[in-house]
Amino acid sequence: MRVPILKQSQYVIASIQSALSDEELLQLRDDLARDVGRYRSRGVIIDVTVLDVMDSFAVRTLRAIAHMIRLRGAETVIVGIQPEVAFAMVQLGLTLEDITTALDLEEGLAFLNRQGAAGARHVQ
Amino acid sequence: MTTDLRSQGTEARPSHADATAALLRELVAHLRKNRTQLREEWARRITESKLLTAMTREEIFAEATSVYDNYVEVLETGSVEALQAYARNLSERIIPRGVETHEVLGIVLLLRDVLARSLFKKYQADFALLNSVLDAYEPAANRIANTVAVGFVQERERIIRQQQEAIRELSTPVLQVRDRLLILPIIGVIDSLRARQLTEQLLRGIRANRAKVVVVDITGVPSVDATVANHLVQTVDASRLMGANVIVTGLSSEIAQTLVTIGVDLSKINAVGDLQGGIEEAERMLGYAVMMPEPPPAEVKA
Repeated sequence: MRVPILKQSQYVIASIQSALSDEELLQLRDDLARDVGRYRSRGVIIDVTVLDVMDSFAVRTLRAIAHMIRLRGAETVIVGIQPEVAFAMVQLGLTLEDITTALDLEEGLAFLNRQGAAGARHVQ
Repeated sequence: MTTDLRSQGTEARPSHADATAALLRELVAHLRKNRTQLREEWARRITESKLLTAMTREEIFAEATSVYDNYVEVLETGSVEALQAYARNLSERIIPRGVETHEVLGIVLLLRDVLARSLFKKYQADFALLNSVLDAYEPAANRIANTVAVGFVQERERIIRQQQEAIRELSTPVLQVRDRLLILPIIGVIDSLRARQLTEQLLRGIRANRAKVVVVDITGVPSVDATVANHLVQTVDASRLMGANVIVTGLSSEIAQTLVTIGVDLSKINAVGDLQGGIEEAERMLGYAVMMPEPPPAEVKA
């Protein structure tokens, strides 16, 4: 199943609905890289609340997506990592060092809004 | 024991098994007859060997009497169940008083020796008979020593398990101090099991309370080694994946030195001196400002 990507004002939200195969993850990567340009978005939120497993490929792909989107001029926030998943990831050494994470969608949006506000002040 | 010996014997030498049973009966009669004297001899040797120093002379004598009677009963009936129950009961009573395993083993072996000596004395004229008496006596005596020692050790292990359980139940609370701010005071030694439990509790707490900042206070942790430090780093990383910042407080100077010496990578850990400082830092991160209320008028006058 293709991950639905929603446009919400200046942001795009990719809300993962079920466990993803490797192909679907790569598809998500390509879709996001395209949509962030198409919608002129300033931020991307990837919601992984439903995932109860994150293997190394998934983490690597998420990191690749975040890096790619940064190169496209936007910020990525990964939201909704479950406690068990977080613990397992840390034990496997998959800590998503340089990627922003947030508790849930609301927090992710709040973070991006703050970033936007900080940017706006800079322009003034 | 008698039945055991008999059933083993029927396969090979039934007459021998019967002879053993007869000898054990004779043995029991001998031990019953000399009960007072042998029991006193045993209690004397316990005191001489400086065993059971935690107990008074009278207590030793009372326990010695019950053990002696149980001992003879096992020799007679061959059933160790009553002795097992007694050994458990005895262990329950004496373990809290600091009686060690070597003492318990020591007294049982002493009794075995005391009784063997009395057998030597009784049968010294007839060497062949002495041999067969010892053949009957030794396996039974060893089994008794075994039962008592195993009972004692099992009781100790049960107590240890119970205490571990109790420590686990005293698990660390995750407390909310302000909206979106949690504190996790850790007290006592952290082993890998506890560290795992702590991390799980913290992550659940972060989700349940929608926390943004967590202050982990380790003032009450006596020592930190590489394992504990790594658990700490893992907890911090996992919390960050859940979108919460962690502040570690209460790192003593000794712990700081240890961590630097063993070379744990603490670059990712945000450390603040004490719990108060940690909470203040967390409030700053969350945008709280604490203000003193205006002082009451009475104080202004003063």
